Amino acid sequence: MPDFEIKKQSKEYDVVIVGSGAGGGMAAYMLANQGLKVCLLEAGADYDPAKNVTQLKNPWDSPRRGASTHFRPFGDFDASYWGWDIDGEPYTKAEGTQWDWWRARMVGGRTNHWGRISLRFGPKDFKRRSIDGLGDDWPIGYEDVKPYYDRIDKLIGVFGTNEGLENDPDGFFLPPPKPRLHEMFIKNAASKAGVPVIPSRLSILTQKINDDRGQCFYCSQCNRGCTVYGDFSSSSVLVKPALKTGNVDMITGAMAREVLTNSEGLATGISYVNKFDLMEYEVKGRTVILAASACESSRLLLNSKSPRFPNGLANNSGVVGKYLHDSTGAAMGGVLPKLFGRKRYNEDGVGGMHVYSPWWGDNKKLDFPRGYHIEYWGGMGQPAYGFGMGMQGMNGQYPVNGVQKEAGGYGSSLKEDVRYFYGAGVGMAGRGEAIPLESNYCEIDPNVVDKYGIPVLRFNVKYTEHEIKQAKHMKETFKEIMHEMGAVITWGDDGAENNYGLESPGKIIHEAGTTRMGNDPKTSALNKHNQAHDCKNLFVVDGGAFVSQADKNITWTILALSMRASEYLMDEMKKRNI
Amino acid sequence: MDRRKSLKALALGTLGGVAILDGCKPGDAKKEAANKSVADGFTLDRQPEELERYEKVVAETFFTEPEMAVITILADIIIPKDEVSGSASEAKVPEFIEFIVKDMPEHQTPMRGGLRWLEIYTFKKFNKSFKDCSPEQRISIVDEIAYPKKAKKEVAQGVAFFNKMRDLTVTGFYTTQMGGEDLGYVGNRPNQWNGVPDDVLKQYNIAYTEKENKECVKYS
Repeated sequence: MPDFEIKKQSKEYDVVIVGSGAGGGMAAYMLANQGLKVCLLEAGADYDPAKNVTQLKNPWDSPRRGASTHFRPFGDFDASYWGWDIDGEPYTKAEGTQWDWWRARMVGGRTNHWGRISLRFGPKDFKRRSIDGLGDDWPIGYEDVKPYYDRIDKLIGVFGTNEGLENDPDGFFLPPPKPRLHEMFIKNAASKAGVPVIPSRLSILTQKINDDRGQCFYCSQCNRGCTVYGDFSSSSVLVKPALKTGNVDMITGAMAREVLTNSEGLATGISYVNKFDLMEYEVKGRTVILAASACESSRLLLNSKSPRFPNGLANNSGVVGKYLHDSTGAAMGGVLPKLFGRKRYNEDGVGGMHVYSPWWGDNKKLDFPRGYHIEYWGGMGQPAYGFGMGMQGMNGQYPVNGVQKEAGGYGSSLKEDVRYFYGAGVGMAGRGEAIPLESNYCEIDPNVVDKYGIPVLRFNVKYTEHEIKQAKHMKETFKEIMHEMGAVITWGDDGAENNYGLESPGKIIHEAGTTRMGNDPKTSALNKHNQAHDCKNLFVVDGGAFVSQADKNITWTILALSMRASEYLMDEMKKRNI
Repeated sequence: MDRRKSLKALALGTLGGVAILDGCKPGDAKKEAANKSVADGFTLDRQPEELERYEKVVAETFFTEPEMAVITILADIIIPKDEVSGSASEAKVPEFIEFIVKDMPEHQTPMRGGLRWLEIYTFKKFNKSFKDCSPEQRISIVDEIAYPKKAKKEVAQGVAFFNKMRDLTVTGFYTTQMGGEDLGYVGNRPNQWNGVPDDVLKQYNIAYTEKENKECVKYS
């Protein structure tokens, strides 16, 4: 046996898909159900929320009581394998720039732990340049995507309400859960501040929709993955049924290295390294679909260089990696004294907020473009590492059961304080739309490879005044709501010194824009069907295809566009165009 | 396994290793074996890298016996047994503190140095170790460092140490079963949410709107 060899599979698939998250899971589901032979490559480990369980565990089931590690940055129970840093898989940043990159290495990717916030883009969200002159319009409009949103609402399930809002379109909703107590206070306070509060729109089953999935049982732990599949994860809702068709071969631990091409410039498959046996493999397909995440897919394209494609595949335009953007984010928290000493009952609810605020403002009257929505939290959650810390900052400030105490302390008195303040926390966060810029990009770092020898990404992203002013407006709004509610702000009251608490780009984990679609092959990587301009049998169906990402979490639109692209692909195959 | 059955199993709290591993493919064998190797301590889904790190962490010992003795005394001063619940040591908080300082090394120097600060301060005052002091002597020292706002400047380092000790003890205690029961946390179990209980709505003089009552999900 030679020291180094590449194992080539003789089987040729109809489609090779890279990535099993929202985009890849949906493509696999659609194509396998139509009888196409699919090879699904996933860089991470196998994962099924019914088998890989952290749901309903108690804090003491974790030796660190749910605290985070670099293996699980969102806590020991979070259903994400890896996060900001993966051992042996670095990324770099150009000096003076910021980007934090979350990578969930597992079947289903980040959909296993995400917030389930399932918002359609509205008509305005596809045509922002026409409205404010910034960025670009999409080559498609709401009417093009609406039929797919409709089907996804029904296929996957989402609760919410039809409010008849112009840019937050109605859908096919399951009934939402009633607001929790602090959410009722928030709603009243926000209304006084002129901020609308409506039922949230989360892909959680408040009612059963089919026999494969159970109904939500209100443990508030969607981020841990759901053993009864009561919420949407690509792993449980798309990949599992796709595998059941018998038309999908899924290979886990498959870290894609390059998209292979032939002399005609067509994609012929994927070369990858198997993380478990460290051998090199090639898998062949008539078509290739990338869904590895906006940044990972562009890394793959930029690393797929050939004499015919010296700038990387699907990159004759030079835009691959550019226009990288995330949602903006800023948050504030505090305590609601009227909830001190509150009565105990189970208010876990669904995983996440029961109400939220869609964008309400008129940018013509504001000093920044684009909007943001507000997410809320609070109440009597499950204690975890960090619970009860900093009591010296609380128990000297407010009388406990009518008695003013000295800050700090110990003993039975301290235990009384912990009980008294429990469940009085409240907070909110804005998630806004950033302007995608050509000058914000990721590229291949010329000097650095990961442990598999694959050149890594170097990020180069900076926020501008637009995003900073938006964060300022968020903080002003939050303060008003907190004030109207009678809450005391304990953190997040930021000013110009730290850009109003604007999170560094990447932190909100809504990466998009790096292989954007457009009608002009000179300024876009993909056409309006997520198909590469330069390579007709190559598609990209993750957030990379986004021209802009609204102030809406991008998953629902990734799903809709992946479904749409999959049907287009099948149609083109039938017509023998591919 | 049928999802509805597994929901029932969850409701009864009987979902054990069998159900969790139900239907695992041969490819998962490595992970299964890894899970089993710490099965006595772990019921959580873990990646091989996480188990490796866990085993490395628990194989080490950080605190000396005399240090652990002082940690236990302090933890029980911070969380003593009262009419509602037991003490920190009954809830194995000292063991948690030993684990967490190894898991989060940033706690190590403040804890080790803080304990040493306490010993030196105690020795200067009473000419003996903290452990050998009478309960009254111990409390007199704790009283000097337990109240950040009225504490003397000279003991600021002691205040910082006691704040950390209070943080780790409180968080360690309230994340145990005993602590959760003390707190009255009644979640983390399957249920059906029908909104805020009526008596609570009345207490806060607040009500659901007609729209909410109409559009929101109801379970019987």
